[in-house]
Amino acid sequence: MLRYIKHNMTEIEGISIYPILSLLIFTLFFAVMLTYVFRMKKSRIEEMGEMPLEDSSKDVSTNFLND
Amino acid sequence: MEIEKFSYDNKIVRNFGYATIIWGITGMLVGLTAALQLAFPEFFNDYLGFSWLSFGRIRPLHTNAVIFAFVGNAIFTGVYYSLQRLVKARMWSDKLSYINFWGWQFIIVCAVITLPLGITQGKEYAELEWWIDILIAVMWVVFGFNMFATILHRRVKHLYVAIWFYIATFVTVAILHIFNSFALPVSLMKSYSAYAGVQDALVQWWYGHNAVAFFLTTPFLGLMYYFVPKAANRPVYSYRLSIIHFWSLIFIYIWAGPHHLLYTALPDWAQSLGVVFSIMLIAPSWGGMLNGLLTLRGAWDRVRDDVTLKFMVVALTCYGMVTFEGPLLALKNINSLSHYTDWTIAHVHVGGLGWNGMFAFGMLYWLFPKIFRIKLYSKKLANQHFWIATLGIILYAIPMYIAGFVQGLMWQEFNADGTLANPEFLETTQALAPYYMLRSLGGLLFIIGAIMLFYNLIKTARSGSLLANEDAEAPNLRLVNAKASGKQFWHRSIEKRPMRFMLISIVVVAIGGLVEIIPTLIVDGNVQTISSVKPYTPLELEGRDLYIKEGCYNCHSQMIRPLRFETERYGEYSKSGESVYDHPFQWGSKRTGPDLAREGGKRNNTWHYQHMIRPKVVSPGSIMPAYSWMKENDMDLSTMETKINAMRTLGVPYEKGYEKQATKDARIQAKEIATDIVNGLPEEFKKGMNLDKEINKLRKKEIVAIIAYLQRLGVDIKAENEANAAAAPAKPAASDSTNNLKE
Repeated sequence: MLRYIKHNMTEIEGISIYPILSLLIFTLFFAVMLTYVFRMKKSRIEEMGEMPLEDSSKDVSTNFLND
Repeated sequence: MEIEKFSYDNKIVRNFGYATIIWGITGMLVGLTAALQLAFPEFFNDYLGFSWLSFGRIRPLHTNAVIFAFVGNAIFTGVYYSLQRLVKARMWSDKLSYINFWGWQFIIVCAVITLPLGITQGKEYAELEWWIDILIAVMWVVFGFNMFATILHRRVKHLYVAIWFYIATFVTVAILHIFNSFALPVSLMKSYSAYAGVQDALVQWWYGHNAVAFFLTTPFLGLMYYFVPKAANRPVYSYRLSIIHFWSLIFIYIWAGPHHLLYTALPDWAQSLGVVFSIMLIAPSWGGMLNGLLTLRGAWDRVRDDVTLKFMVVALTCYGMVTFEGPLLALKNINSLSHYTDWTIAHVHVGGLGWNGMFAFGMLYWLFPKIFRIKLYSKKLANQHFWIATLGIILYAIPMYIAGFVQGLMWQEFNADGTLANPEFLETTQALAPYYMLRSLGGLLFIIGAIMLFYNLIKTARSGSLLANEDAEAPNLRLVNAKASGKQFWHRSIEKRPMRFMLISIVVVAIGGLVEIIPTLIVDGNVQTISSVKPYTPLELEGRDLYIKEGCYNCHSQMIRPLRFETERYGEYSKSGESVYDHPFQWGSKRTGPDLAREGGKRNNTWHYQHMIRPKVVSPGSIMPAYSWMKENDMDLSTMETKINAMRTLGVPYEKGYEKQATKDARIQAKEIATDIVNGLPEEFKKGMNLDKEINKLRKKEIVAIIAYLQRLGVDIKAENEANAAAAPAKPAASDSTNNLKE
């Protein structure tokens, strides 16, 4: 949509560093995140996944609703 | 280990729940009214031609009500319920919870009053005036503070992924709202955007797209990660996937929306990168959708019986469709067809009705029986709601898609001799009448469904009793935490320290934001100035404020794209240097009527006068509302001095001391236009008319100011071209007000 302001940005000094920087940040971000995720212990993953289902409520009167 | 007893606050959940439904129905009814206005313009003009009900004023009310009132309250409902349970703690402060509740409702009431009165900043989805913006910021901080304090006082070690989404939502919405709302007030009910033209557009769409991302998407994804497992009674399909989903979504999202805007303004390599980013967004979005749907693996039979699951499955499916379509719309070739048409309207409604609406309904059907401790009043009615709402979405979306294709293709169609096949814009609007009618029907069905929900839940609440404080117990983990060993992997430690987690979220979001915002700031000095573009005359400025007040931008763009079918229809494509004095920019995003960027001088003042008060007289078949009140209402020039001063503060080069002269200049120009209008009226009108008296009456009216503004649009650049053609130095054409008035 904004292609009519194309010329505005070609004139910014050092703009060519943007794509390189973007790519670096991007790759690094995903590398770190994926390493972390796949190094997580299975037991912990399971523990975390169960969290919404743990009920600390003492009210049992609504248990029938889960049927 | 010491077991602590505490209770959950269910009353706040109930309050937000009711607010969700009531505002939801209200916002949808306003939407239906707007839809009916497009389908039956004659009826509205003849019987309901009130200024406060006109399309330009209530369309912003519809969008704001649905986004911030309906979806906003639904977010609070779900967050206040799930957060307490996920961290095993009551909300930190009941007082803050209730300030959040009543403050938010007060803001909505302010919106309901101000928007129909035309009190608006004129930026899409950010229309509310400056003091309401401040209220929103305060209430948002109240919510965030309460949430963080609750998280810090939790009785669990880890933060479940839903809470990550809530935190990211809180910080990003705060950043977006504050940056986009910078404005200079001229009175309690009027302010000017601090940014102008290109810069304003970039900030606005950085906000606009990410409001969709962080108000309509991430909080609901958080709710999805809590309520889908809860309703299905099984853990989420893959918790690993949910972590990847979270980080990649918040990382990529903030780049993607405005990136396709930004990078198209950049060299080729950058344009490609922008498209790649948008396409990449499909991955985390679909990862999240599949994670939600696959949670039901082996339990699909329950979807048949469980009404909550039904709603959620449709919601997730709509989410999948809409996040697939979004990136496609970011492709240049598709965008050139879809932009400005009803295709966009269809797209957002699959998201709004399908994803947000259906999910909120499913959640409410699950919550009310829980907190009122009774079975749902009528499962049958809920099932009927499900079908009627689904049918409503289909009946809404399909006609709008067709309308988008039809109009987009009609705009682009050329005859063999190279002329436009549909030179009259009106022809392309008239072709849409049946689709607008069908769409209204779809919307109506959706609203009927919402009313059925309301009835069902009230009946449920009446037959049960609210468990206002739900007793719970859990070990106090703060003591345990203190002894935690230093061996833990780093991420666990950041989860345990939500503040640090929040900071990392901000950094991740800010990377994308900064990459966009820095060029935005630099661009200011890089906009090619056009010497003939001059500030508006005082009367034109007043007219522009009326243009904003009436919400003309909701139907008229002021941005001609450099595409042949556009320049052929409207004239030379728009340049960034043309809007350097536009606080706020008025480029628009939808063309229900034609583009106005080159409107100035195309038609005479009398035509505009007649067109404004009765469009169909000069433009048979027009669906534009009749703005008859503009010839009744006196224009208010009392703040002209403040306005000129404000504009100068924002960088518009009015000479020092000009503010003293401005009101007088406005009156002079108004009289010239009024004279021209009256003299141009058909003879049969003028018969027996006291012309001087008529001119004297007319020159004070709002309609004269808006005509002055319309006649100025695009005039400067025409002057530049003529000057160039004559190879003579450019005349300061625009500063001479009378110049625009000659046909």
